[in-house]
Amino acid sequence: MPRLSAAQRHPVRFRLNGEAVEGIAEPRMLLADFIRHELGRTGTHVGCEHGVCGACTVSIDGTMARSCLTLAAQVEGCEVRTVEGLAPEPGRLSVLQAAFRRHHALQCGFCTAGILMSLDVYLRAHPAPTEPEIREVLSGHLCRCTGYAPIVRAAMDAAAELSLSTRQEDVRYV
Amino acid sequence: MGLTATMTSSARSGPWIGRSPERVEDAALLTGNGRFIDDLGVRPGTLHAAILRSPHAHADILTIDTAAARAAPGVAAVVIGPDVKALTASLVVGVKAPVECWPIAVDRVRYVGEPVAVVVASDRYKAEDALDLIEVRYAPRPSVIDPLAAIAADAPILHDGFPHNVASDRRFRYGDPEAAFAAASHRIAIDIVYPRNSCTPIETYGVVAEYSVSDDAYDILANFQGPFSIHAVISRALKLPGNRVRLRTPPDSGGSFGVKQGVFPYIVLIAAAARIAGRPVKWIEDRLEHLCASSSATNRATTLAAAVDDEGRVLALDWDQVEDCGAHLRAPEPATLYRMHGNLTGAYDIRHMSVRNRVIVTNKTPTGLNRGFGGPQVYFALERLMQRIAVELDIDPLDVIRRNLVPGNAFPYRTASGALLDSGDYAETIELGAREGGLDELKARRAAARAEGRLYGIGYTAVVEPSVSNMGYLSTVLTPAERRRAGPKNGAQATATVSIDPVGAVSVHVASVPQGQGHRTVLAQVIADVFGVAPQDVRVNTEIDTAKDAWSIASGNYSSRFAAAVAGTAKLAADRIAVRLRRIAASHLNVEASEVAFGNGKVFSRDNPDNAMPFARLAALSHWSPGSLPDAAGQTIRETVFWTPEQLAAPDDADRINSSLCHGFIFDICGVEIDRATGEVRIDRYVTAHDCGTILHPGMVDGQIRGGFGQGFGAALLEEFAYGADGSFLTGTFADYLLPTSTELPEPVIVHMQTPSPFTPLGAKGVGEGNCMSTPVCIANAVADALGEKNIVLPLVPARIRALIAGEEPPAPVGGMTAPRAKKPGGRGLEGEGSADVGAPPQAVWDMLLDPATLQAVIPGCHGVEKISDTHFRAEVTLGIGPVKGRYRAEVKLFDLDAPRAVTLSGTADGALGYGAGEGRITLTPRDDGGTTVSYTYDAEIGGKVASIGGRLLDGAARVIIGQFFAALARHAGGGAPAAGAAGGLSGWLRRLFGGAR
Repeated sequence: MPRLSAAQRHPVRFRLNGEAVEGIAEPRMLLADFIRHELGRTGTHVGCEHGVCGACTVSIDGTMARSCLTLAAQVEGCEVRTVEGLAPEPGRLSVLQAAFRRHHALQCGFCTAGILMSLDVYLRAHPAPTEPEIREVLSGHLCRCTGYAPIVRAAMDAAAELSLSTRQEDVRYV
Repeated sequence: MGLTATMTSSARSGPWIGRSPERVEDAALLTGNGRFIDDLGVRPGTLHAAILRSPHAHADILTIDTAAARAAPGVAAVVIGPDVKALTASLVVGVKAPVECWPIAVDRVRYVGEPVAVVVASDRYKAEDALDLIEVRYAPRPSVIDPLAAIAADAPILHDGFPHNVASDRRFRYGDPEAAFAAASHRIAIDIVYPRNSCTPIETYGVVAEYSVSDDAYDILANFQGPFSIHAVISRALKLPGNRVRLRTPPDSGGSFGVKQGVFPYIVLIAAAARIAGRPVKWIEDRLEHLCASSSATNRATTLAAAVDDEGRVLALDWDQVEDCGAHLRAPEPATLYRMHGNLTGAYDIRHMSVRNRVIVTNKTPTGLNRGFGGPQVYFALERLMQRIAVELDIDPLDVIRRNLVPGNAFPYRTASGALLDSGDYAETIELGAREGGLDELKARRAAARAEGRLYGIGYTAVVEPSVSNMGYLSTVLTPAERRRAGPKNGAQATATVSIDPVGAVSVHVASVPQGQGHRTVLAQVIADVFGVAPQDVRVNTEIDTAKDAWSIASGNYSSRFAAAVAGTAKLAADRIAVRLRRIAASHLNVEASEVAFGNGKVFSRDNPDNAMPFARLAALSHWSPGSLPDAAGQTIRETVFWTPEQLAAPDDADRINSSLCHGFIFDICGVEIDRATGEVRIDRYVTAHDCGTILHPGMVDGQIRGGFGQGFGAALLEEFAYGADGSFLTGTFADYLLPTSTELPEPVIVHMQTPSPFTPLGAKGVGEGNCMSTPVCIANAVADALGEKNIVLPLVPARIRALIAGEEPPAPVGGMTAPRAKKPGGRGLEGEGSADVGAPPQAVWDMLLDPATLQAVIPGCHGVEKISDTHFRAEVTLGIGPVKGRYRAEVKLFDLDAPRAVTLSGTADGALGYGAGEGRITLTPRDDGGTTVSYTYDAEIGGKVASIGGRLLDGAARVIIGQFFAALARHAGGGAPAAGAAGGLSGWLRRLFGGAR
């Protein structure tokens, strides 16, 4: 990583949901603020700014990460995915998103983007999760509306549907 | 799957009420297209605010030096109390008293987190930079945190207008309680201390405000939830008529649970800041601000006594409630105390009652709306008491509940204090819950567990869940004479508008502000049923704009009023249009209006469905051919209905008040097992049986129940806003204020019964708050049953449970670990001791300790030491504690000098991140090798931001810093090393930070 000066703004370039993006940021700028306010992708939300609530979770090079504890400059050259990249195309929902809607797994929807990103990353690596495993993944997220049970059901249902699908990748990620 | 859910043709027809279609809100929220306040753009040139807050619970502000902050890059304005006071009027205080309440501290701070200054800058980062440059000098005053301590004769006084910190003291008497107590064979009482907690939405507060000089008007966007009676408070504070204070809400709000009512002081503050800055100003609260200083439920101390006969029947109650509203009595407080006033007898037929209600101020954050609103506090006392009656009279607790219930044939039932319980069959709901919830099986599990020596308990609660608040209930805090002077307050105007556009498309607007409750989906269902169209053909807008929309003081989303009042009002508006559409259709179809029906997108003759026309065509006629419509049919373009139920009367001269319109019923059963070794409470099963009247959307009702249960579970087992004895706020992160997560929160068994309310248009009652009322005490009753304990204090964290069962613990083996030394109760106190070996004789060490140059070299992070006198030093240091690193000014004075053997140091430190005060004793002992052993003890209190967010790390950090000090001293003296005490502390702390804990 190049040496950055605290007093200056530096260009930051990375891929966001498969698309090359670029912006200017002070070295101290948080990734969450950069994505939301510089790049205008406001689907990622900030709930606590200290890494506990999980609302700001994004995928960085395929790993779930808190964008409130990550500096924008740290993702230079990385592949970042956010909730805006989950749906296969405008007007359609991914299997996981559709399961959330079917199971009423969200109410206010503020924490939902982070939960979707964690589950998306997790289910890619663990296509046949158990309920305790899903609950363990979700324990990194705080939801005040749902009591988690419908989120667990949606995740299990989505995992089952994805594993049944013969053209899994086509349905899941475009 | 498409964004518009596909429906089979049979599923396209109504009725939609009672079904659980997918929510219209979800597609946007799931794809990152929600429109929360911080997701919306702002006008070019909008500035950003950051708020400097008090580190002290109670102090006079001596000076505020903002010069450096004003000169900082990007800063447009720095606003302090007197600036705001010059532009605004005091916020209305909820009782009649000569007391002022400002949205920012004026001359004096009264709680940790109270705003002291606002920096307005070109971006948030720069605004926060400038906060660090503001110098505030405080003169701390004694503070008082506990409500019972606050009313003691010698307590520090917060407001001169509240003598003895009492804002209100009222006594009520219903029936003949004295006679009932005198005649009863038993008097059974319980003392309750209910803690402070909050439902903490994951989205924090947000405000965007601007002031137009030319219009002399404010335009404000805020994720405020209502009640819009607060709009009157805001406009009065801004010294303008309401029509010059435009308040709008964003389309989406990230949870509220009552809490976002509390954004209103910040609306006034940011509006004033925008006026001063001459530009629009945006402020988004951060999480520390939210936990520390937004709002919370009240904590309450209650003594409740019952007059009881030998069968466990309660003949009378005697309530003594001491309500802690924090440092200011902000509107609508003391509403938390009075919201339940008609329901103080719960689900029980109790005719005699006396009540004493005191409202107290303490040096804590002002309170406000919070899901359950007064219910958790009341039912914790009442239902704990019912459990105690069972224990003391040796009756099954469920039988005590059953014997006291309001009988099923008594509805509508007027309670002693005036509530009109609308409908229900409480005994039937209890039998249903016990049967469907498997109570017999739970009892068998308890018996089996106990036979094995395990700790297992079962708790019950029976709770009446009030909804749709009477806007007049708060006036019960006034005496009847005061009420007569003020004029009656009553009712609860619900507002809905249904409109039809020129192509016959239906829109709905309601003056309710959802934060995730799915209002748009349910309203589409309700209106679709009236017009016989599909829900997806109805568009619903739930934003509020006070400049354009129909609204009233009861507008907003609180007291679970949506399903019962707002959805019903929307139906009434649609019904009015439907009546006119029938008249118009009658003339087109050549039938009587009474024969016209709506369905499948058509309007048709009931007798001959083929005689039909499309709904959209009929509905559009008012636009295209108003001159051809039948006489007196009236327009079908737009209809607004205001609905207030007649049952919501003002309090009468006997202080009887029907505080809410609807009363659902909840019966809960909880089975818990407690780990004897760790004190952990595990919920084995939780059953919650509800009768919330007619259910509009079963999926959402269950969602409300699960969510409320989760918050009740958190209140019972995890959550408390903790304060130190000095008023420091100790739970400023989600690592300190613990919320339930997916790994410990079980799913409750939900059972339903539906007894429609006769008082609401759809028969629905509120359901969202009930489990926040019933669950904390149900879990507590189960724990009480498991442990055989009377005094159950929430939250039931493992340490507290362990303390309750410690008596049963076998004695520790000789030579084993001993319990750590107890700290001072409540405080974020630090104490420690240690020693270090220094390779220099005592006199040399002594000289170094008193030499500014040496001290500067050995104090970690020291920028300079100034010697004021031989025994008084001043230093600037930078210290990092946990996540917070900051600069502090330290003053150290030396006492009891015994050269070169011992000295006592007393010091204070303060900076932007907090303050500390402490005392230490250093003893120098000569060593055989010519060196010196330096022994020390210290005792310190830490406050401010450091205590709020670094609390867990303070002990370790103090050891590290002191260890570094002596290590540097030893190096400076030319040899030696810290002895085991300090080194052990350092390595132990590092191990905890980086080792086993992960």
